[in-house]
Amino acid sequence: MTDTQTKNIDQTVVKAEVRNAQLQMLNEFWHYFSANKGAVIGLVIVGFMVFVAAFAPWLAPHDAGHQYRDAFLMPPVWETGGSWKFILGTDAVGRDMLSRLIHGSRFSLFIGVIVVSISLTGGIIIGLVAGYFRGWVDTIIMRIMDIILAFPSLLMALVLVAILGPGLVNAMIAIAIVLQPHFARLTRAAVMSEANREYVTSAKVAGAGHMRLMFKTILPNCLAPLIVQATLSFSTAILDAAALGFLGMGAQPPTPEWGTMLAEAREFVLRAWWVVTFPGIAILVTVLAINLVGDGLRDALDPKLKRS
Amino acid sequence: MIVPTFFGITIVAFGFVRVLPGDPILALAGERGVKPERYQELLVQFGFDKPIWEQYFTYLVNLFQGDFGTSIATKRPVLDEFLTLFPATVELALCAIVFAVLLGIPAGIISAVKRGSWFDQTTMGIALAGYSMPIFWWGLLLIIFFSGTLGWTPVSGRISLLYYFPQVTGFMLIDSFLSGQSGAFKSAFMHLILPTIVLGTIPLAVIARQTRSAMLEVLGEDYVRTARAKGLGQVQVIGVHALRNALIPVITTIGLQVGVLLAGAILTETIFSWPGIGKWMVDSIFRRDYPSVQGGLVLIALIVMVVNLTVDVLYGLINPRIRHQ
Amino acid sequence: MRKFGKLLAATALMSAAIAGSAYAKTLVYCSEGSPEGFDVAPYTAGTTFDASSKPLYNRLVEFKRGTSQVIPGLAESWEVSEDGLEYTFNLRKGVKFHTTSFFTPTRDFNADDVLFSFDRQRNADHPWYEYVPGISWEYFNGMSMPDLIADIEKVDDYTVKFKLTRPEAPMVANLAMDFASIVSAEYAAQLEADGRQEMLNQEPVGTGPFSFVAYQKDAVIRYAAHGDYWGGKQPIDDLVFAITTDAAVRAQKLKAGECHVAPYPNPADIESLAADPNLVMMEQQGLNVGYLAYNTQVAPFDNAKVRKALNMAINKQAILDSVFQGAGSAAKNPIPPTMWSYNDAIQDDPYDPAAAKAMLEAEGVSGLEMEVWAMPVQRPYNPNARRMAELIQADFAQVGVDVKIVSYEWGEYLARSKELDRKGAVLLGWTGDNGDPDNFLAVLLGCDGVGGSNRAQWCNEEFDALTIKAKQVSDIAERTKLYEEAQVVFKREAPWATIAHSTVFMPMSTKVKGYVMDPLGGHWFDGVDLDQ
Repeated sequence: MTDTQTKNIDQTVVKAEVRNAQLQMLNEFWHYFSANKGAVIGLVIVGFMVFVAAFAPWLAPHDAGHQYRDAFLMPPVWETGGSWKFILGTDAVGRDMLSRLIHGSRFSLFIGVIVVSISLTGGIIIGLVAGYFRGWVDTIIMRIMDIILAFPSLLMALVLVAILGPGLVNAMIAIAIVLQPHFARLTRAAVMSEANREYVTSAKVAGAGHMRLMFKTILPNCLAPLIVQATLSFSTAILDAAALGFLGMGAQPPTPEWGTMLAEAREFVLRAWWVVTFPGIAILVTVLAINLVGDGLRDALDPKLKRS
Repeated sequence: MIVPTFFGITIVAFGFVRVLPGDPILALAGERGVKPERYQELLVQFGFDKPIWEQYFTYLVNLFQGDFGTSIATKRPVLDEFLTLFPATVELALCAIVFAVLLGIPAGIISAVKRGSWFDQTTMGIALAGYSMPIFWWGLLLIIFFSGTLGWTPVSGRISLLYYFPQVTGFMLIDSFLSGQSGAFKSAFMHLILPTIVLGTIPLAVIARQTRSAMLEVLGEDYVRTARAKGLGQVQVIGVHALRNALIPVITTIGLQVGVLLAGAILTETIFSWPGIGKWMVDSIFRRDYPSVQGGLVLIALIVMVVNLTVDVLYGLINPRIRHQ
Repeated sequence: MRKFGKLLAATALMSAAIAGSAYAKTLVYCSEGSPEGFDVAPYTAGTTFDASSKPLYNRLVEFKRGTSQVIPGLAESWEVSEDGLEYTFNLRKGVKFHTTSFFTPTRDFNADDVLFSFDRQRNADHPWYEYVPGISWEYFNGMSMPDLIADIEKVDDYTVKFKLTRPEAPMVANLAMDFASIVSAEYAAQLEADGRQEMLNQEPVGTGPFSFVAYQKDAVIRYAAHGDYWGGKQPIDDLVFAITTDAAVRAQKLKAGECHVAPYPNPADIESLAADPNLVMMEQQGLNVGYLAYNTQVAPFDNAKVRKALNMAINKQAILDSVFQGAGSAAKNPIPPTMWSYNDAIQDDPYDPAAAKAMLEAEGVSGLEMEVWAMPVQRPYNPNARRMAELIQADFAQVGVDVKIVSYEWGEYLARSKELDRKGAVLLGWTGDNGDPDNFLAVLLGCDGVGGSNRAQWCNEEFDALTIKAKQVSDIAERTKLYEEAQVVFKREAPWATIAHSTVFMPMSTKVKGYVMDPLGGHWFDGVDLDQ
C-alpha cells in the first residue's frame, strides 16, 4: 500500500522535476542562442520569410503569373523607364518581378521543409535500424549509403531528376535521397555510442521492445546533432533545388521558383540586370539566414563549443 | 570495403542509365526522324536489344578491360573523352583549393586569435555568406562586373586563342609556361581567375570556419597554455604549437571538399564554358548519351573514393593520436 | 616514339605559324558547340558540318555561296542519261589533298576517292562501313540513298558514273549536301594499314579550303589555309573555332574583340550588338517555320472552325516581341517567304479573341481543356518553346480554353508527338534541306506523313493531290501554281497555327570582309578576308 503511494508521489515529483529540467534546458538554450547576434538576425529574417510566404497572395502587388503585354522587361522603379507599378521591374513576358519573388519564397521554404522532412525521417529510420541491429543489416545499409555518397551530390541529383523527369516534386525527391545518408550516418553513430549506456541497458532489462528502445529511449538522446544537420540540410536543399532549376531540371517555368527564374533570365544577363540579380539575392539572403540560425543552434546545442 | 562499393557504383550507374527516359537514337535524329527498320538496326548496333543482365555483364567485363563504352554522340571511347577533359577540371579544382587554403587558413587563424574582434566578425560574416552562395549566380555576377563592366578578365575559355602550343600535361598553366611564349602564362592565369574564385568560394568559407574553430579548440588546451606560461612569444605559440595540431582536422576538411568541388565544377564549368568533365556530364545527360553518362558516373565515383581513401591514409600518417593507437 | 615525333612535327609547324604570326591573318569564329567528329558522313548536326564539311572538304558539286544553286565542285561537269538513271561526273584534275603533320599525300584527288567516300556508306561489307563501333550513316540513309543508288562505277581515273534505280530530279543537288563530302582514300588506306582507322574521324584530311591543325575537345579547333587549294589560297591564314556554348558569353566575346564572328545571338542581345560601332549585324530570313500542330483526328480539333478560332486567339505579335525579341516575322503560310511559290495573297487570321470566343461557342465548344506541348530544346525556328507555350496559354485563357503545358525529353518528345491519339497541340518546326517547297508541304502535311512527320495527323485529299501532282511535273511555273493552291487549302483547313519564321542574325566584327550568309544555315569561311 504505502509502497504504491510513495511510488505515486515519486512519480509526480519526478514529472515536475523533469518539467523543470526541460524548462531550464530551454532557458539555457535560449540564453546561448540569443547571445549569438547573428543567429537572432537570422531568425528574424527567417521569420520574415515565413510571413512573406504565408501571406504571399496578399502581399504581392500583382498576380505572379499575369503577363502584362505592354511591359516586357521593364526596369525597376529607380531606373529610367521604371514605374511604381512594377517596383522591381518585369521579366521577359511582362510578369512583375516583386510578385514572383514573393511567391518564390513559398517554393523555397516548401522545398526546404519537404526535403528535410523526407531525408530526416528516412535517415533516422535507416540509421536507427543500422546502428541498433548492427551485423549484416548494418553492413548492407551503410554500404548503400557509401555508394550514394561516392557520387557528388549535385551530379547524383541531376541524374535522378533526369530519370524521374524534370519538375519541382522530382527535384525534391532527388535532393532528399542525396541528403538522406548524412542523417543515416549521424543517427547510426549516435545510436552506437548511446546503445551501451546504462539507461539503455536498464530499459532493456525492464523489457522494452525494439521499437520502444529505438524510438523512445535512444532517439531523443541523439537529437541535438540531427537538429543541427537538419538546418544545414535545409539550406543545402534550397541551394541544390535552385541549382537544378538553373540547369533546367528543377521546377519548370512558369513556376516562380528562384533558380528557375535565374535560368530563364540568363539570356538577359547583359540587357536586363534586374531579372538576374534579384532572384539570386533572394536565394542568398534566405540561405544565409537559415545558416545563421543553424550556427546559433549548433553553438547552443553543442556542449563542446559552449564554454570555449 | 572498396570492392563491394565499386560493384555497387557500377550497378547504380548501369541501373540509372537503363531507367533514364528518352531515346538517344531519336534525340540524335531530330525532326527528320528515323525509319523503323533503321531504328531496329541501330538498337542492335548499340546492344540495347539484349536482356538487361547480359548488357550489365558485358559492360562489367568491358570495364575491367578499360573499355567504358563508346559515346553515342561522338563515337569516341568514353574513357578517351573523359581523359582529354579531366585535366581541365583538375587544374580548376586545384586552383580553387589552393585559393581557398591560401586565404582560408590565415583568415581562420587570425579570426581565432583575435576572437570577437571586428576582423573576426567580418571574416566569419563573409565566410557564412560564401557558404550560402548560389555559385551559379555568383559566377554570372562576376562575369557581368569584371568581364563586362570593367573588362579586366576574359569571359570564358582557358587561354587566349592567340597562343597555340601542343598539350603536354593538359594543365594549361604548366603547358603555357613550357611553351615559352611570352604572355601565354599570363593569359592562362587570367582565364583561371574568375572560375577559381567561383569554384573556390564554398571551400574557402568552409576552410576558414573550420580553421577558426580548430584553432579555438587548440588554443584552449593545456599544452598551449603551458607554452604561453613558459613565456614563449605569440608567434611561436600559434605558429608552432597550436597550428600544427589545429591543421589536422582542417586537412580532413580539405579532402572532403573534393566531392563538393566536383559538384561545383558542374555549375562553374557550365557558366564559364570550361571544357571539363562537369560540363561534359551535364551535356551528356541532356543528350541522353547513355555510355558517357554511365562511364562518367563510374569514373567520377571512383575518383571520389580514391581521394577519400588517400585522405584517410594521410590523416593517419600526420595525426599522432591515431598513430599511437 | 611516334607520339614524340608527332609532337616535334606539331611544334615545328607551330613555330612556323608563330614566326609568321606578325603578318598572319587569323579569323576567330566563336562556334556554338563542339563537333561530334570530323568525318562528316556519320553525323547530321549543323554544328558538326560547320566544323568539318565546310572548311575541310569539297563535294562533287557545291551550292553557290549564298544560294541553293548547284555549281561544279570536284566534278567539273556532268551528264545525265536520257532515262535519268545514269549520272556521269567528269572530275577536276590536279586537286591536292591537305598535307598535314599526320599525312602527306602522294597523289592527286581521283575517282578512287569518290568511290571510297560513297561505298563505305553504301556497302555493309565495306571495311569502313563500321570503322568505329556504333558509327552509322544517318544522312545517307535518311535521304534514301541506299535504295536510290544501284551502283557507282569508276569509268577511268577522272570519270565516275552513278547508276540509279529510279529517276530523281534533285539527285545532283543531293550530292552537294554535307554527307557527300569526299575524303581521301589514300589516307584511309594508310590508317587501315596502321590499324588506326578511328583517326579518320579525329585527324581529318580533305581537299577543302582549310586544313586541320588541331582540336582541343570542347575548347578550340584550329585550321590553316590550304596552300594548294584548287580554288586558290584563302585570304586569311588561320581559322580558329572557339567553342562557346553560351550565347551571352559569345556576345561578350564579340564585344571584347575575342572573336570576329559568332552565330546564334540571343534575341535579347541583338539590339546592343547591332549598336556596337565595332560590329556589324548581318541578317537573313531563315528557311524555316515554327508552328503549333493540332491533332486533327481528335475532337474537337477535327473541326476546322475550332482550329481556326484558336488560331485567331493567338497574339503573334506578343510572341514575336517576347520569344523572338523581334528576330522573326509572323508566319501565315507553312513555307517561308523566301521560298519560291510562297503565296503572298493569303490573308492571315486576324488576332481577335472576342470573335474567336464567339466562334468557339457557336461550335458548341466551352470549358475546353487542352495540352500544349513545348519542346525542351532551343531550335532555329523557335528560340524558346517554353515561353511561347506560356504566352499561348495566356492567350487561350482569354477565350475560355484551359491549357496545360507539357514537355518531354527531346527524343521522347519527337516520338510521342507522332502518336495518332496524341492529346493536344504540339509546338514544332522545320528547317529546309534543299530549298524545295516539296520538302515542307509534302513532308510535313502530306497523307504519307500521318503518324510520322505530319504532326497534325492531317490528311486532306485536295491538298495531297495538289502536292503529289506538283512533284511529278517539272515546269516550275506550273509547280508554283499548284503549291500556291495548296497553301490556300492549308489556310482554309488550318491544321496548324503557323507562328513565325525566325530571322537568322550574324553579328561580326567590322574587320570581316566578304562573309556571305548561307540560306541553308551553314557557316562558310572560304573567301572571307580580315582587315588588319
